[in-house]
Amino acid sequence: MTGLAVGVRKKTWFRGRSWPVHGALILTTFMIGFPLAYAALIATQSNPDVFAFQLTPGDSLAQNFQDVWFGRDLGRYMWNSTVQSVLITVAKTVLSLAAGLAFVYFRFKAKWIVFFFVLITLMMPTEVMILALFRLVSAFDWKDTMAALVVPFAASATGAFLFRQHFANLPNDLAEASQVDGASPLQFLTKVLIPLSWNTIGALAVIQFVYGWNMYLWPVLIISKQEAQVIQVGLQNLQGIDVGLTYGPLMLAALLASIPPTIVFILLQKPFMSGFSITADK
Amino acid sequence: MSALLALLAGAGAGAYGFRTARRLSPARRYLVGALLGTVGAVVVSVLTGGCAYSPEVDAAQHVLGIAVAGGIGLAVASGTSVVLASAKGGRDAGSIGSDIRTGTYRLGWWWPWALLLPTIVILVVFLYIPAVQTFTLSTKLVRLGAPRQIEVCLANFSELLTPNPWILVILPLVAVGVMWGLALWKRQARLGSMSLTAATALQPFGIVVLLLALYYMFNGGPRGYRGIYVNTLVVSAGTVAGGMILGLAVAYLAFQKVRGMTVYRTLLIWPYAVSPPVAGILFFMMFDPTAGIIQHLFELVGITFPNYREDVFLARFAVIAASTWKILGYNVLFYLAGLQNVPGDQIEASVLDGASAWQRFRYVVMPSLAPITFFLLITNLTYAFFEVYGTIDYLTRGAPAGKTSVAIYEIIRVGVENRDIGRGAAQSVLLFLAVIGLTVWQFKQSESRITYGGGG
Repeated sequence: MTGLAVGVRKKTWFRGRSWPVHGALILTTFMIGFPLAYAALIATQSNPDVFAFQLTPGDSLAQNFQDVWFGRDLGRYMWNSTVQSVLITVAKTVLSLAAGLAFVYFRFKAKWIVFFFVLITLMMPTEVMILALFRLVSAFDWKDTMAALVVPFAASATGAFLFRQHFANLPNDLAEASQVDGASPLQFLTKVLIPLSWNTIGALAVIQFVYGWNMYLWPVLIISKQEAQVIQVGLQNLQGIDVGLTYGPLMLAALLASIPPTIVFILLQKPFMSGFSITADK
Repeated sequence: MSALLALLAGAGAGAYGFRTARRLSPARRYLVGALLGTVGAVVVSVLTGGCAYSPEVDAAQHVLGIAVAGGIGLAVASGTSVVLASAKGGRDAGSIGSDIRTGTYRLGWWWPWALLLPTIVILVVFLYIPAVQTFTLSTKLVRLGAPRQIEVCLANFSELLTPNPWILVILPLVAVGVMWGLALWKRQARLGSMSLTAATALQPFGIVVLLLALYYMFNGGPRGYRGIYVNTLVVSAGTVAGGMILGLAVAYLAFQKVRGMTVYRTLLIWPYAVSPPVAGILFFMMFDPTAGIIQHLFELVGITFPNYREDVFLARFAVIAASTWKILGYNVLFYLAGLQNVPGDQIEASVLDGASAWQRFRYVVMPSLAPITFFLLITNLTYAFFEVYGTIDYLTRGAPAGKTSVAIYEIIRVGVENRDIGRGAAQSVLLFLAVIGLTVWQFKQSESRITYGGGG
């Protein structure tokens, strides 16, 4: 970090000559991106190419794609994961909005009890009770169903508090005005609050979609049928060392599995970043 | 004898837990707290039939039983005091959550409940009930899928710990004593004195003592927990340290003002979207002993790189590298947000005073990043405790000889692969206690220390 000078304009106190910064940034980007780039290289190669440490792209990409998409049913896993992640995102967003509405725009006895009740779940990660949850959901006869992948994760304490905080920072006049207009709470939510909350909703949606898509331990336990399996677990079939590991298809599948969360992340990047700088300010 | 000690432990812990209840005089506070703690300890003892205090079980279980009574007493008393405080606060200031006074709806009483019902039902069924069941299962011998259950009291716990009851009694007391002493010293030291500097510098020593005490309290034998404890400690410490230091360095770099920064930032944060299992697969490829790039590079310079799956150090290093890489984007994101809050006028002042780049970073930038650093410490620890499961499952599967099997990995191995749910639940309870400890620590820290600098 040498050569840093204070700029005149606000927030430019790191300004200096730009080419060393560019150099350092390119180097860092390369190092952080290396595992993905290397995987992309292997994804185009056949096993002999990989063993020969060929550093140029091979010509097996089409064959590898054929293998993972049709041979290993990767499309089915990706579809299951998409349904799961979308349902989790929608359910968590809707329930969190409803909870935020109830916490901010209603007065009721025992509000603080409910508040504590939700707050305490923040220190109860699912993983520490996963064995009991597994027994419970198995007893529901939900094994191998989409319900088992979605319903236990449909509520979000983080989301509820995020919306509560966001709503509480909005001006009071909004609620008063819409009450004078005779709008019901649900109309108030859909017509006034949601249009004012897109940044928060977007930031939360990225977190929740990525959370759902990247879920691994729970589907390992609760899903045993191949046709109901999600992508993160389905990748195991390609790593099966007993059938002879082919590296190309495994890397291609790993990259394909990372595309949907990447798309969501890039599309919602603006609200995600600004949503976070808002919460970081608080 | 043990039962009596348990009641005393419950009473003492209860008195301690209730000490902050403001409305009562100190003497009454301790009395009520002791009473609450005793009631909690008695209720638990009656529910379990006092099994931990019977002469048939080993001494370690007696010690554990007394500790449980104390823990319950503390939980009941401090829980009551928190609830009382907030109930009072709630009545005084409207109530929690209604940060606005006007503009609330005056409709039927059922409106808020209808809005909250789905959330409450899901949290009860899928979080609270399994949490309680985890505790009850941990005192049983249960096979996965088998209906028969045998009560084993605290045996699932005592077999993880050293059989020597004196170690179990003395070490926790020593650890708590050291931490308490250090905190007391810091509080009494005068501002700006050497004593305060020394006390502040020695604060982390308390945590080291606690971690060491736990090391000796766990049994080193094959059934014991010491190995898993060390694995968890190494992997999470490595991941958290690596992820946060690199995250701050990269964020500092990405905060410079150059053209095309949006593109750089997107590329640098991108691994956030990659899943822990995929991180495991990518590093599985790079470290692969027959086809990986690392092997190849070492061959070029004439060194045979050992198989990471057979080398303890390398296996742990691979797991730490993969999880550090995966969490890096998240840390960069939050440190970037934190850097926005560094006061620019202080930076300018430090430059006018002739501070070097490092001094500027150390004395101006770092203090204002303290709140976000602490936040990241907690989230990174949670990540290292739980999310590394997928990475390990694709990278090492706990190899070699279980040396990369961390707490959550071992819970699944015992509870699902060995179908021994009771023992798995007991290990879950240990992890649960660790999470609760972290949360309480976080709560206390955010209350007291991290108040200076931007935000909090």
